[in-house]
Amino acid sequence: MSIEVRGVTKTFGSFVAVNDVSLHVPTGELVALVGPSGSGKTSLLRIIAGLEQADAGQVLFAGEDATVRDVRQRGVGFVFQHYALFRHMSVFENVAFGLRVRPRARRPPEGQIRSRVTELLKLVQLDWLADRYPSQLSGGQRQRVALARALAVEPQVLLLDEPFGSLDAKVRQELRRWLRRLHDEIHVTSVFVTHDQEEALEVADRVVVMNQGRIEQVGTPQEIFDRPATPFVMGFLGVVNVFHGRVEAGRAHLGPLSVDYPEHADETARPAQGFARPHELELGREETDDGFWATLRYVSPAGAVVKLELADDEGRLVQVESTRAAFEELHPVVGERLRVRPRQVRIFVAPPAEAPPKGPGA
Amino acid sequence: MTKAATREPAHVQLLLTLAALGFIGLFLVLPLVAVFAQALEKGWDAYVAALREPMALSALRLTLLTAAIAVPANVVFGVAASWAIAKFQFPGKDALITLIDLPFGVSPVISGMVFILLFGRQGLLGPWAEAHGLKLVFSVPGLVLATLFVTFPFVARELIPLMQAAGTDEEEAARVLGASGFQIFRRVTLPNIKWGLLYGVILCNARAMGEFGAVSVVSGHIRGKTNTLPLHVEILYNEYNFQAAFAVASLLAFLALVTLALKTAIEWRGGAALPQAEDPGVD
Repeated sequence: MSIEVRGVTKTFGSFVAVNDVSLHVPTGELVALVGPSGSGKTSLLRIIAGLEQADAGQVLFAGEDATVRDVRQRGVGFVFQHYALFRHMSVFENVAFGLRVRPRARRPPEGQIRSRVTELLKLVQLDWLADRYPSQLSGGQRQRVALARALAVEPQVLLLDEPFGSLDAKVRQELRRWLRRLHDEIHVTSVFVTHDQEEALEVADRVVVMNQGRIEQVGTPQEIFDRPATPFVMGFLGVVNVFHGRVEAGRAHLGPLSVDYPEHADETARPAQGFARPHELELGREETDDGFWATLRYVSPAGAVVKLELADDEGRLVQVESTRAAFEELHPVVGERLRVRPRQVRIFVAPPAEAPPKGPGA
Repeated sequence: MTKAATREPAHVQLLLTLAALGFIGLFLVLPLVAVFAQALEKGWDAYVAALREPMALSALRLTLLTAAIAVPANVVFGVAASWAIAKFQFPGKDALITLIDLPFGVSPVISGMVFILLFGRQGLLGPWAEAHGLKLVFSVPGLVLATLFVTFPFVARELIPLMQAAGTDEEEAARVLGASGFQIFRRVTLPNIKWGLLYGVILCNARAMGEFGAVSVVSGHIRGKTNTLPLHVEILYNEYNFQAAFAVASLLAFLALVTLALKTAIEWRGGAALPQAEDPGVD
């Protein structure tokens, strides 16, 4: 079932949590809502679920207005950040809950409930824990029970709020890969919220980057990473070097960096920012046309890539990542002056300032 | 051999145990024994006679009736109020919490006086009540009202912190899974609060049966009509009928012991069924 969000706005007091957001999630996709805390991603998810009422706008499931339907009738599965398992019920009863509370006419017979729950517990690899209580489980196990419970009612849409937020790094890694595999198996339209850009890029078919209640960019993980639409997305998706400056007459002057920028052939200067990720900068010893000199301050050689910190002539930090082979060939020493050459710089020109108030000078 | 950090020398252990036991004996066991000893002072026959006396029976009936009305009313109110306070956001919430505590803050005698001032002959609502044929002062409905007032906070005060700590996550989860309001309450909320609720009911019941001050003011002490057990004890005592007074008092003490035994029994059974009820988990 596809999800369509149209012009949804939600405010809490004077705080605008979700600001006129529209979004389309095609059937069977796994979509990540990612953004810093307070960006409105959880509010949007709760509005889709029906746990929160939007002040304006509509949510459509398979083209039908779901806003008028109560949470109970929406047919969504929701996985809460802190699992929200029923603590006085066994794992089995937790998963069976959604089937047991159905009106008698739609309630499956006990035998069917048992086989369905057992099947789901096998799916999340927890059938051996059916008689335990939530407090006897680890965090990862609880999260899987929560997922099985949400799937028991055969939801058309699966919504997950920071599903791995309170787990430690290793369990997170495992669970997110497992969620991806599970989704490939059952193909239910899913939306999950995360503040971890790595998680979003690794797991999702499509990533929605949110900031201050608005959507900054929607795209596949590759699109988002390779072609960030805004400076915010650029900065949010990992470490990046920012060079402040201006563009004029077909060239961008960004701090120590000066590169061609034919998109702005105009003579009037406009403020701009250049972004280059650490792996997009190269180090050398020869003078080049583009690039600048900087002093090597620190080397962190442990890991698949070597991380280097340099300072340009005005003392600004420049972060560079180099492959092991390239690093060993160059063999730089701390304190040495090196030429930093960008393979790629993304330039964002500031939008024209608001028209100044009309006055005698204008 | 090393001593555990909590291991005290034998004489300290003995001393502390004796102090605790001595205190309990002096303030709890001794009075209880005294009540029963005094009650049985003139033999078993006199004891039974004091209890079978019509005035005593009438007082017992009235006490049970008051408790039978006050406790369920309190449960309904307490659950509703704590549900509203813990699960919803609304203006005036803090004021409501303070108001619920009010009956604990004022002396029960004052609470009784309030009802006289409101519904008595010269009271604010007195003429109105009289015109509608309602007799609220020096009558059974008045006793029930006064008892309701003083026992008002018991269940709510037990449940509010419990429900606030539990949050609304489980209820939301149940709602998304398709449960109706009543199903959520019965299958999710109630099991989470049942021990607190039970404890509130026991405290409320004990107070409803034992309340003296407020009830004394509104009762008017009409024998056989508006006397509860505590009031009956006082009357007998003031008439120097000590044996009968203690016999009736022993009945109250007995009711208290039964409540206590019930509480222990239910806790024991519940504890056996759900060993991890104490552990809310780590998240």
